[in-house]
Amino acid sequence: MMAATVAVMIVQRNLFAVVVLSGVYSFLMATVLVALDAVDVAMTEASVGAGISTVLLLGALYLTGATEAKPVARPWLPLAVSLATVGILVYGTSDLPPFSDPGSPIFQHVEPRYVSGALPETGIPNIVTAVLASYRGYDTLGETTVVFTAGAGVVALLRRRRGRGGAEAKP
Amino acid sequence: MKRLLVLRVIAKELIPFMLLFALYVQFHGELGPGGGFQAGVIIAATVVFYAIIFGLPTARKVVPDWLVETMMPLGVLVYAGVGFAGLFLGGNYLDYFVLDADPVHGQERGVFWIEVGVAITVAGVMLKIFYMFAGRGRSLDE
Repeated sequence: MMAATVAVMIVQRNLFAVVVLSGVYSFLMATVLVALDAVDVAMTEASVGAGISTVLLLGALYLTGATEAKPVARPWLPLAVSLATVGILVYGTSDLPPFSDPGSPIFQHVEPRYVSGALPETGIPNIVTAVLASYRGYDTLGETTVVFTAGAGVVALLRRRRGRGGAEAKP
Repeated sequence: MKRLLVLRVIAKELIPFMLLFALYVQFHGELGPGGGFQAGVIIAATVVFYAIIFGLPTARKVVPDWLVETMMPLGVLVYAGVGFAGLFLGGNYLDYFVLDADPVHGQERGVFWIEVGVAITVAGVMLKIFYMFAGRGRSLDE
């Protein structure tokens, strides 16, 4: 179903349909994440991928126009580069340990400490939250700062353009 | 979309529950799925929903620009402030064990406040981006 969504998104020239389909894709992805027991990530995917970014893309569509222009040149070189990257990545996965193999390195290093220590040490039953907020507090602080910086960047960009003389069409 | 009665009534009924759900996701994040990031996004989505139904100018009156712009750095400051609180109480930076006499309680307190910080920043940034995008053309309700 996800592959079909992506295929239609590539072929489709009506950008409104593409935006809606990308929302559909996000919901399907969220379902996959729930099936993988990653409920926190699924929630983020559903709210950000399907909710906020769909609204933002629709807002952008409103400003630009709803049909995609025909491409001027056939982008063969980028296609070749991306296919080569896909090939390398797929080749790389053949060396990974099998899915949810308890002997693989990620389950050996700090993971036992988190699983056994999260509840007695932090009193937080949800291990994801415990790791995110407590054990990896610095990383989450950096992440919050990144979100803030991104917002500040958008503000800086859009403000200046408006000051220079109204809403000129976006490139 | 201002004139559609059904949409307006349904939106008015739904928005309190959406905000309540955001708070649930925020404060229940220690027990179930969720946390500051998701709660911030849901809060922002609620206001976006309101703006789509009632028009951007009305939403800007409810959640004014200065508030949104204050929320963006405020969340980061709350987060960093928790770190400094640990520092002043004799621990390391972002060390929650010293925030309460009982270390486990200290952890819970620290996590609670940093999640609040994350939620404030995320909601502020999402709303600010939405305002900037939607405010560029005409307002959405036309």
